Amino acid sequence: MNPLEKLGAKAVGLLRSMGDMFIFLITALFYIFVPPFKFRVLLKQIRFFGNKSLVVIVLTGAFTGMVLGLQVFYTLRKFGSEALLGPAVALSLVRELGPVLSALMVTGRAGSALTAEIGIMKITEQIDAILAMALNPIRYLIVPNIVAAIVVFPLLGAVFNLVGIYSGYIVGVKILGLSKGTYFSQIENFLGMEDIKIGFIKSVFFGLIVSWVCCWKGYTAEYGAEGVSKATTQAVVLSSVLILVSDYIIGTFYL
Amino acid sequence: MIEIIELKKRLNGQLVLKGVNLRIEDRELVAIIGRSGTGKSVLIKHLIGLFKPDSGSIIIDGMDIVRFSTRQLCKIRERFGVVFQGGALFDSMSIYDNIAFPLRERLRLSEKEIEDRVSRALDDVGLLGHEHKFPAELSGGMKKRAALARALVTEPSIVLFDEPTTGLDPITLNAIFRLIKKTHRKYNFTGIIVSHDIPEIFYIVDKVAMLEDGKIVEYGTAEQIQHSSHPVVRQFITGATEGPIEATAL
Ligand SMILES: Nc1ncnc2c1ncn2[C@@H]1O[C@H](COP(=O)(O)OP(=O)(O)OP(=O)(O)O)[C@@H](O)[C@H]1O
Ligand SMILES: [Mg+2]
Repeated sequence: MNPLEKLGAKAVGLLRSMGDMFIFLITALFYIFVPPFKFRVLLKQIRFFGNKSLVVIVLTGAFTGMVLGLQVFYTLRKFGSEALLGPAVALSLVRELGPVLSALMVTGRAGSALTAEIGIMKITEQIDAILAMALNPIRYLIVPNIVAAIVVFPLLGAVFNLVGIYSGYIVGVKILGLSKGTYFSQIENFLGMEDIKIGFIKSVFFGLIVSWVCCWKGYTAEYGAEGVSKATTQAVVLSSVLILVSDYIIGTFYL
Repeated sequence: MIEIIELKKRLNGQLVLKGVNLRIEDRELVAIIGRSGTGKSVLIKHLIGLFKPDSGSIIIDGMDIVRFSTRQLCKIRERFGVVFQGGALFDSMSIYDNIAFPLRERLRLSEKEIEDRVSRALDDVGLLGHEHKFPAELSGGMKKRAALARALVTEPSIVLFDEPTTGLDPITLNAIFRLIKKTHRKYNFTGIIVSHDIPEIFYIVDKVAMLEDGKIVEYGTAEQIQHSSHPVVRQFITGATEGPIEATAL
């Protein structure tokens, strides 16, 4: 094969796998609305995401809020507007950092585990076994994870925001000496429903993207332990990139 | 009746099945023997549509399943029970739930009926009392038996066994073969067993097919195979390293 043919073959292969990935998503989205619903599996997967990620969400939320409190205070002081510390921290968390950082954290914690789990089911023929029983593996394995992620991501994002805002308060008020009343009342003045809505929409989107990518990578893992570890790495990298790209795109719609 | 005609399949650029022909009558128990990597598992997976061949047909009761739509495939799969090479038990479920899974999800049965059938299946394979364990807590032989129970619990008319005894001690091996024979007598399914366990496999099946280099090189009763003059078959059943098959262990 000459280099041009090789490049062409690679491009065709890439396009084909992207097509397969979209068909996979559309099939899964279709089955969300087709009964019977798997509530028990859904609850289990909600717990899976929540349980795995809660500690790391609280931890990163706290430190993000503290860093914001510190750095934003420093910046605002230059303009003599320290009083706006509360809304500055809250807005950057709710609109941007909360959804994005919590999504990245869940990807690393639960998303990678999800890919590994489904990948192992693939290579140990458990997915083939479901097919051989005349059943649909997408319905049993993929749909509950996508729905669970769409439910859990906004919740974990909200936890991240609350912890972050409170940590910003600790730094700004308790350590740097801002008045307590100013911090919270200014948040009330500046943080609108619109901001919360954007954060929520982002979280739902990220949940969809992460569960889709992580399920797909596991579902198409190649044979052997190596295949699963490769799939896991790819799932985390691709999810993270897509989170950041779609964050920007959604952001441009809601300026 | 299952009839496989000129089945060809290329995987990763390598022609694995080079024109397989095989005809299995209803209620027959047929063994497929052959070296590691000759495509026995791939052949088995074609029968339930997990692989699509590049060419050839698979006729089951007069219908060519190769041309089937996903929906039709799903319908025909309901008649199959499959024991995968590694067991393929669901790690996240207890043995009870593993065996109940196809009943719960496919047949509209009450929880009581499900319990009855699962207990019977567990009893058949001698696993009563172990139903609340998880696959990770079972020995290799118990896993194989659990997989057997799960495949048979829906009372399929065709059962595929992919190496149900590989890696077991001789006593467990014979117990499993006896179990297959017993359930075959009881449920009268058409059975295909992939196995390396020579000569034990010869004692339970009606016919034996030998797969070598992507083709069935010999097909006949166990008696005929044991006295075959085909050099490849002779070498395989005696396990000689000298002969037409090159031993490439290293
Ligand atoms: N999903 C797959 N993708 C690509 N190649 C495969 C796949 N499954 C099997 N193969 C290849 O097909 C060939 C036959 O494999 P198969 O698993 O059918 O062998 P086998 O006869 O069952 O061997 P064993 O007795 O060791 O189980 C091997 O070369 C294998 O690498
Ligand atoms: Mg095999």
